[in-house]
Amino acid sequence: MGIREILSTMEYGPAPEDAGAARDWLASRGAGFGHFIDGAFTDPGETFEVRDPARDEVLAHVTQGSAGDVDAAVAAARAAQPGWAGLSGHERARHLYALARHVQQHARSLAVLETLDTGKPIRESRDVDVPLVARHLYHHAGWAELAEGEFPGRVPWGVCGQVIPWNFPLLMLAWKVAPALAAGNAVVLKPAEYTPLTALAFAEICAEVGLPPGVVNVVTGDGATGAALVSHRGVDKVAFTGSTEVGREIRRATAGTGKGLSLELGGKSPFVVFDDADLDAAVEGVVDAVWFNQGQVCCAGARVLVAESVDDAFLSRLRARMARLIVGDPLDKNTDMGAIVHPVQLDRIRSLVEQGRAEGARIEMGDAPPGCFHPPAIVTDAAPASVLATEEIFGPVVTVTSFRTTAEALSLANNTRYGLAASVWSGSLARALDAAGGIRAGVVWVNCTNLFDAAAPFGGMRESGFGREGGRTGMAAYLREPARHGPAPDLPTARPAAQGAGIDRTAKLHIGGKQARPDTGKVHAVAGGLAPAGGRKDIRNAVEAAAKATAWSGTTGHARAQVLYYLAENLSARQAEFAARLAGEGRADAEREVAAAIRRIFFYAAWADKLDGAARTTARDITTVELREPMGVMGLVCPDDRPLLGLVSLLLPALAMGNRAVAVPSRSAPLAAIDFAQVMDTSDIPAGVVSLVTGPHDELAATLARHDGVDAMWYVGARAAMVEAESAGNLKPTWTEAEGARDWLSPEGQGRAFLERATQVKTVWLPHGD
Amino acid sequence: MPDTGQAATAHARNPGLALDMSMLAGPPPDRAATERRAAALGARRSLKGAHQAAWLVNAVRLIDLTTLAGDDTAARVRRLCAKARRPLAPHILDGLGIADMGLTVGAVCVYPTMVPHAVAALEGSGIPVASVATGFPAGLMPLDLRLREVEWAVGQGAAEIDIVVTREHVLRADWAALHAEIAAMRAAAGPAHLKAILATGELGSLGNVRAASMVAMQAGADFIKTSTGKEGVNATLPVSLTMVRALRDYGAATGHRVGFKPAGGIKSAREALLWQVLMKDELGRDWLEPGLFRFGASSMLGDIERQLDHHVTGRYAASHRHAMS
Repeated sequence: MGIREILSTMEYGPAPEDAGAARDWLASRGAGFGHFIDGAFTDPGETFEVRDPARDEVLAHVTQGSAGDVDAAVAAARAAQPGWAGLSGHERARHLYALARHVQQHARSLAVLETLDTGKPIRESRDVDVPLVARHLYHHAGWAELAEGEFPGRVPWGVCGQVIPWNFPLLMLAWKVAPALAAGNAVVLKPAEYTPLTALAFAEICAEVGLPPGVVNVVTGDGATGAALVSHRGVDKVAFTGSTEVGREIRRATAGTGKGLSLELGGKSPFVVFDDADLDAAVEGVVDAVWFNQGQVCCAGARVLVAESVDDAFLSRLRARMARLIVGDPLDKNTDMGAIVHPVQLDRIRSLVEQGRAEGARIEMGDAPPGCFHPPAIVTDAAPASVLATEEIFGPVVTVTSFRTTAEALSLANNTRYGLAASVWSGSLARALDAAGGIRAGVVWVNCTNLFDAAAPFGGMRESGFGREGGRTGMAAYLREPARHGPAPDLPTARPAAQGAGIDRTAKLHIGGKQARPDTGKVHAVAGGLAPAGGRKDIRNAVEAAAKATAWSGTTGHARAQVLYYLAENLSARQAEFAARLAGEGRADAEREVAAAIRRIFFYAAWADKLDGAARTTARDITTVELREPMGVMGLVCPDDRPLLGLVSLLLPALAMGNRAVAVPSRSAPLAAIDFAQVMDTSDIPAGVVSLVTGPHDELAATLARHDGVDAMWYVGARAAMVEAESAGNLKPTWTEAEGARDWLSPEGQGRAFLERATQVKTVWLPHGD
Repeated sequence: MPDTGQAATAHARNPGLALDMSMLAGPPPDRAATERRAAALGARRSLKGAHQAAWLVNAVRLIDLTTLAGDDTAARVRRLCAKARRPLAPHILDGLGIADMGLTVGAVCVYPTMVPHAVAALEGSGIPVASVATGFPAGLMPLDLRLREVEWAVGQGAAEIDIVVTREHVLRADWAALHAEIAAMRAAAGPAHLKAILATGELGSLGNVRAASMVAMQAGADFIKTSTGKEGVNATLPVSLTMVRALRDYGAATGHRVGFKPAGGIKSAREALLWQVLMKDELGRDWLEPGLFRFGASSMLGDIERQLDHHVTGRYAASHRHAMS
């Protein structure tokens, strides 16, 4: 094209990235790729095609991993892991540092390969994905160096089975592999079927830097390969990023196996624009939120909520901005939006959009070339129940809905099953921080969106999964406490109520601050007498009361501490009575147990205002704040051992951190717990904050695990598999332990770990500048 | 009026309006977000080969080739004007196939006493002479003297006047005083186009930059300009983004088009591309014409010429082989 002609149009023209090196590498593997097991590539087996979605060309043939392949990879990892964990932290740090350096040296060809494989714009793989991969490796080289001192007493899980998605293939690999290796685990990684190529390139880098064979293994394949990996008996910890649906299957498949589990799942993240926001900044935020990676981003701010007073101004700017987006060849440096990863995904996006249109939503679209591309789209008039407003689209489609007040904005923002991320736009610090606190999401970006850093934990609440990646919290997920084994306690047998001289007492449930008869109308014989046999509806009522008692979560740690100290004071006043009851029920060390319970209440009252979050500078002008928030409503199924101390050991950390709890006390001797309810009544614990439902343990545990209004669950007993499987409904985090695994009288019955399990991290990003 | 040519305009001049505080309302620009967008502009757009060459040629058309030094002399100004008439070496024009295009810079910008020399040197070229005025660069002179300076420069043949504003009015948020001052300057300039230099490096915040831009446009500025080139911080992309968004909003509210001129510290061909990308992506193609966009620059032209020489010959050029300005 001549200079004169260009001067008249002033178009940008083509700016293609050179794909030569990446294509040469693929061509050199003409026969196809095998798996990377024990430090070497296997011969290709039965293969499937990996395609470039933008050009609809075959890029490579990759092996479909069989159960045998998974066995071989797990065996290699198992064999390598003790040696890897046996290295000093410094030696592991050197390996991670080498990986980071080599990723940087191969940065350009990795970026091109990622773009060929996924269809994402080269600008993104070059400027976002690959630099974040290197950053993650460096950060965790640091953790390898420091882990022994920073996580005393923790040990690596062993072999980690990791399954990653197709939207950020190499970045998700880094998020999984880096902390696992830093902590001393060996890894078997299964990249997504659509996008396995950068994982295979990374495997070559592992060999290149001399990582010991077997420490990192890559098995390619489809969902069946992933399923074989996560359910493999030789895998100690499973980490998954992907859809909520598959996350649920994995939760069920791993239930009761004792495997560690972290799930980073879907989202439908709100993007709240207040009337005092810089609208141009917010519009650019939408570009970064939902027109980034073609909207195939789990934390995409796909639900824009905009103040009614500025919605016209906002929408007209958004439309103008959409019109300037360049959709096309992902390898062109001027491309804003590239190809959709696979025709199957394109069909899904199109069908959701058509469904939304049929439901009455108004849809405006930009331009896109023919092929596996989808134009950027703005949806208005989507009712809250519309499929476009509720389903994760995973495409470049944003809904725009107006709100009237801040309260309404927060209600709309939280009106979702998910809780991964949120973005809040306001010129007012007070308003933005208020909204950041009120939205249930693991990450809140204030006046920004889709920013990431290896030191800032990332992960979701609700059905967006559990566990965090990045920072200390992410590192902790790859370390565990040494396994606890102990004999199940000998429990006194239940005896009928002893006939005494006093007035006969009827034990009742404690629900919503009131004594309540069990809905079943039944009692059962327990040590020391008859206890009410609570049922499904009692649990329902207790959870309902807990859901309403939100003030407890909102108050200060100091205020909660005052109440908890008062609880200790009142228990102390009745110390002899409690000791007598426990002794009368045939319990050993009754006086010690009551004394320990009082001390334990003091311990957690002390902690109530001290589990600090963190603040760090993640960029020159960004402060990132890590808050520890309560889970919400917790279900607690208490040990049979130590009827009073066991209850206190689970309940108090939950309360100290601001949770409300529904507790199922000791199965065999719950009367002490029922007496304890009276103590709570006199200690200013607000109604609904604690409910106690005695009765058939496992039936009540199942009801709690199935309840979508219960946000987290702790269970001590023999039916961990059932509890974990049932928890898959709303993907509540669970913590389970066998009866007798720890001595509740000893210091191992309390500690910071309980507090961390009772809280979830919210990472708030706060850019600043005048 | 002497035959010095007129600023190229394809649109009616901005007549201005009475001070309208409602257009200053609303939240200030978010600094961090503005900086992110500014940084993304360079990463999102890339110009290669002929397209890069054409965009560099276009940048030449947009340059207010400037000398604003205490040691300026008539001879120095004549040399600058010679470069303004023939900004690129003949072999480059031939190589690009634009020898007959009559390529010149957008204007020549000088101090008032240099205006007669520039007018004489540019006679017949169609290149307008721009003069700084109003006590440039600080502007701390009595208003009547500043207005008299504007009239004098126009009388000497300046077709464009680059005025400086009183920063104190902005820092004290005395928008009425700022509006009155600029409106008086606009009146004094008469037919000459008025570029209002906001000296953004001394305004303290993007909120002030936006408000001062809005007031300058309401007072009838034809262009808003970032800097004198003498402040500690001169043209930056975030400030430019703030100003072009303000002129977009002014245009949307009034229907009047206002031009933009970044000035000070813009030295490289790469920056010439970057600022054009900003104009095109934020405002559209019309803002790549000299009637609506100028660069205040002196050394940038030399770098553009070297880049274009390389495009034409395939060899890296040395500045001593090109005519200096």
